[in-house]
Amino acid sequence: MSACRRQRWLPLLALLLGAAGPRSGFETMTPELQAMQRDDAGNPGMLSVLEGEALFAREGCAACHAAAALRGVAARYPAHDPARGGPIDLAGRIAECREQRAGRPPLPRESQPMLALQSFVAHQSRGLPITPDPRLAEARAEGERLFRERRGQLNLSCAQCHETLAGGRLAGANIPEGHPNGYPLYRLEWQALGSLQRRLRGCFTGVRAEALAPGSPAALALEAYLFGRAAGLPIETPAVRP
Amino acid sequence: MARTLIRVPATATRGEVIEIRTLIQHPMETGYRPDAAGRLLVRDIITRFTCHFDNRLVFEAMLHSAIAANPYLTFTLRAEASGVLTFAWEGDHDFRHVETRALTVT
Amino acid sequence: MSSPTSPRSGTEPGRRALFGGLLTLALAPPAEATPEAMAEAIARFTGGATPELSAAITLDIPSLVENGNTVPVTIAVDSPMTEAAHVRAIALFNQRNPQPQVIEARLGPWSGAARISTRARLADSQRLTAVAALSDGRFLLAEAEVVVTLAACLEG
Repeated sequence: MSACRRQRWLPLLALLLGAAGPRSGFETMTPELQAMQRDDAGNPGMLSVLEGEALFAREGCAACHAAAALRGVAARYPAHDPARGGPIDLAGRIAECREQRAGRPPLPRESQPMLALQSFVAHQSRGLPITPDPRLAEARAEGERLFRERRGQLNLSCAQCHETLAGGRLAGANIPEGHPNGYPLYRLEWQALGSLQRRLRGCFTGVRAEALAPGSPAALALEAYLFGRAAGLPIETPAVRP
Repeated sequence: MARTLIRVPATATRGEVIEIRTLIQHPMETGYRPDAAGRLLVRDIITRFTCHFDNRLVFEAMLHSAIAANPYLTFTLRAEASGVLTFAWEGDHDFRHVETRALTVT
Repeated sequence: MSSPTSPRSGTEPGRRALFGGLLTLALAPPAEATPEAMAEAIARFTGGATPELSAAITLDIPSLVENGNTVPVTIAVDSPMTEAAHVRAIALFNQRNPQPQVIEARLGPWSGAARISTRARLADSQRLTAVAALSDGRFLLAEAEVVVTLAACLEG
C-alpha cells in the first residue's frame, strides 16, 4: 500500500476504533422506561409540556412567537448572548423574554411554570440534533476545565464517572455519560420534572461539593461544555430517566 | 387544577374493545415519607378513580399509597353506542377532578 | 416511594430481611411490611377463599427496575367477558411496602377484556401478587418477583 493510501485509511480506522460518539442515557434504560418516554400519552413529562403550551398562550409569548417557529431553537442553546458577552441558556432566555418583553413578574427557575415553559419550548425541537453555538468556544473550554476538576469531600470529577467509568455500575445502577439532551426531564427519583441545573445540583451534592449557582457564569460554562460534548444527540425533551 | 392526559380513540366500531389510557398530575404523597425534620409528611393521595359511560359505572379503581406519583391507569371498554365518558378522580383533602370525552361508535 | 437510604451492598435476602426488621423496630413508624400482612389482605379480598395459581392470569412487571418509584405493571386475565363468564375484579398486592394493597379494580362484561395497567411504587425488592375475582366465585392468582436497584447518586 502506498503512503498516500495508508494516510487515507488511518483516520477512518481511528474513527472506527476510538470515536464511538456520544450515547444518550435513553439507550441504557430498560425497555419499560424507554416505552414510557416514547409514549406521549403515558410520559409524565408531557403533563408539563401541556402546561407549558397553555402558559405560552397565557403569558403573551404567542404574541411574538409562533410555536412552530420555535422548532430548532432548543437544539442550539446555550447560545452566545452579545449583550452579556457570554453564554445564555434556554431557561435564562425565557426568563429574560418573559420579564423584559412580556412584562411578567419574575419566577424562580425551578418553579413549575418556568419548567413547563422550558419543556414546551425544548419539546418543539424533539428529534433535532444538538448543534452547539460556535461562538461559545471559550465558555466550553472553561466548562471542560470544570468537568475535569476534582471537587468535594469525595474529591471526584465529573469526568471520572461520566467519561472514564461511563457504562459501568455504581450501587447496582448504570453510570450514564451524563448528556443534557433530554432536559427538562421527568426523573423517577424526583417523581417530578426538573431541569439540568437541578440534576447538576444532585451530582455536586453527591460528591459533597457546593453546587454551582444556576445561571452563574460557571454553571453556564459547564452547561455549554455539556451541550458541546453531546453534539449530534437528538433533543428528547421531555425525557424520562431513573 | 390537575393536568390530565386522556387517550380515548376518536371513533370505534360497535362491539370493538377499546383501550382507555389516563394520566393525572398528582404527587401521591404516601404518608410514609419523613420531612427534613423527621416528621411524617401528611398523606395526600388519590384514593378512587371512576369511569362512567352515560352515567353508568364502567370502571372503578381504589388506589393506595403504592401507586406512583402522577397516577397512570389504563383499562378497557366494549364500545356499544356513542356517548360521553366521564372520568373522576377523588382523594385526600377533598381532592376531586372530573373530565369528559365523547366516544363515537359507528 | 422515595426515602433516603444508603447505597446497598450485596447482602443475602435473609440478612437483609433481618436488618430490615431491626431497622423497622428502631425507626418505629407503623409498618406491616410482611408476607403475613399480604396473605391477610388477599384473604380479605377473597372473603377467605383460596385463590388458585393459574396461567390464565398474567402479571407483567419488569424483573429488574432501576428505580422503585415508578414501576409499570399490567395485569391481564384470559376471559370471554360475557355475562355468564367474566372477571369481576382485579387486585394487586405486595410484600414489602408499608401497606400490602396496591390497587383494586372493578370490571364487568361491559369491559370487553380484563386488562389493567398502572405504575406502582416498590419500597424494596419483593414479590407481588395479582388476584382476579371471577363471576363464578373462583379466584385466580399470579406472582412475580421484582429486584429494585437504587439511583446511583442519592440526593441528600
